[in-house]
Amino acid sequence: MPDSSRRLQLTADGELRHFLAIEGLDEPLLTRILDTADSFIEVGERTIKKVPLLRGRTVVNLFFEPSTRTRSTFELAAKRLSADVLNLDIGTSATSKGESLSDTLLNLRAMASDMFVMRHSQSGAPHFVAQSVTPDVAIINAGDGRHEHPTQAMLDMLTIRQHMKTFSGLRVAIVGDVQHSRVARSQIRALNTLGVDEVRLIAPDTLLPHEPEALGARVFHRMEEGLRNVDVIIMLRLQHERMEGALLPSESEFYRMYGLTREKLAYANPGALVMHPGPINRGVEIESAVADGPQSVILGQVTNGIAVRMAVMSMAMGGQLNERQSGTSEGVASS
Amino acid sequence: MQDIEQLLDRMTDDLRAHISARGLSSLCPVGIRTGGVWVAQALRRRLGIETECGELDITFYRDDFSRIGLHPRVSPSRLPFETEGQHLLLVDDVIMSGRTIRAAMNELFDYGRPESITLAALVDLGRRELPIQPDVTGTHQSLGARQRIKLRGPEPLELTVEEVPDA
Repeated sequence: MPDSSRRLQLTADGELRHFLAIEGLDEPLLTRILDTADSFIEVGERTIKKVPLLRGRTVVNLFFEPSTRTRSTFELAAKRLSADVLNLDIGTSATSKGESLSDTLLNLRAMASDMFVMRHSQSGAPHFVAQSVTPDVAIINAGDGRHEHPTQAMLDMLTIRQHMKTFSGLRVAIVGDVQHSRVARSQIRALNTLGVDEVRLIAPDTLLPHEPEALGARVFHRMEEGLRNVDVIIMLRLQHERMEGALLPSESEFYRMYGLTREKLAYANPGALVMHPGPINRGVEIESAVADGPQSVILGQVTNGIAVRMAVMSMAMGGQLNERQSGTSEGVASS
Repeated sequence: MQDIEQLLDRMTDDLRAHISARGLSSLCPVGIRTGGVWVAQALRRRLGIETECGELDITFYRDDFSRIGLHPRVSPSRLPFETEGQHLLLVDDVIMSGRTIRAAMNELFDYGRPESITLAALVDLGRRELPIQPDVTGTHQSLGARQRIKLRGPEPLELTVEEVPDA
């Protein structure tokens, strides 16, 4: 899987052409994404926050699952790259008239789309599209099922690097509903690839994947133990909409055990970063005083999200255009 | 290759003449990464300009994106002064096609509307593809088809001509 994921995402020269998963991407490439994003942060501080890289290109936001925040940061990122942006809420249009996913995408490609930003409830849907349906359109994964949400993970990595300067020596704890979290999967991979010392998962067994150690993480069930000597705390959102059956006694019980309060934060290293992918549930995963406190970098994560999305969109578009020009993409669909 | 200190001295004299002829009160120096920044810093010292040097990375404004994609090395541009209404001194080490300067001017205008831009280049290789000419030039050179010129630095600055091997 890592090998096929790598082959699908990169050109023959090792340039990004789709951004589907952290899996399969190596440390130098992830670092290049972060470096490129750093330059886009500077663009966001100018009078005119726009660069001409994707001028004349068409980016289609294809959201098969509702999302306001992720979609709007992708839209803003594409517009700051000067692309034309089309937002399609597929749940309410073509597929409800019986059109298949492949037909919808082929129609969009026929409208000369250059990039699809795709969110889908099925794990692997963006891979399927990149491999078999429209390999000559750059695909950016904006979250697929329980699989990956790679741009969210990269904006978290950018936030950590801004504050900690380096990944080596860091201990990072991911707290909460890991089992239903595609963000957590991408984060664990990115953190390990970038070389942190230790990734910890803190959650009850019911909210952990079956073999958490196989992901490269150490499991804790109690905050008091898991947060000790930790430099970064990433809180996950409780995925109400993904909860099937009674995995939790109650929200208030979860908050008592795993909610990040000032008391529990004191177990971590002084100055430990508090992160959350949002939207936050105050009083369910995190105490307001912590979310708004001096160690919280939650709003900085949102700003970084635009820069990271500009970076992967421009890198993937560049790789895709390069490949179209050299005509090496024929082999992709069949391989 | 000529002595670089002499080239910089000549450019400084020509810039002084240019400044007084145009009645420019103060110039804010901006170098294009990487070599242009070194030349801009050298000129700034000689001219006694107090304003710190700005640094432009033109990666996001290049016109060859659709042919070769995003350049792998990019670092943030840094302009430590307001450009709106200022007289800017834009500096690069080598000018040839003029495309880099076009990209740099497009980028500068995204920071605001400068009052004027003066262009200085250490080496002019001719072979222009766009109607862009420096106000001040250190030296004119012509190279063979397989030759490339390179500025090494920052201390000391040194111009070298390299032979490019066959592809």
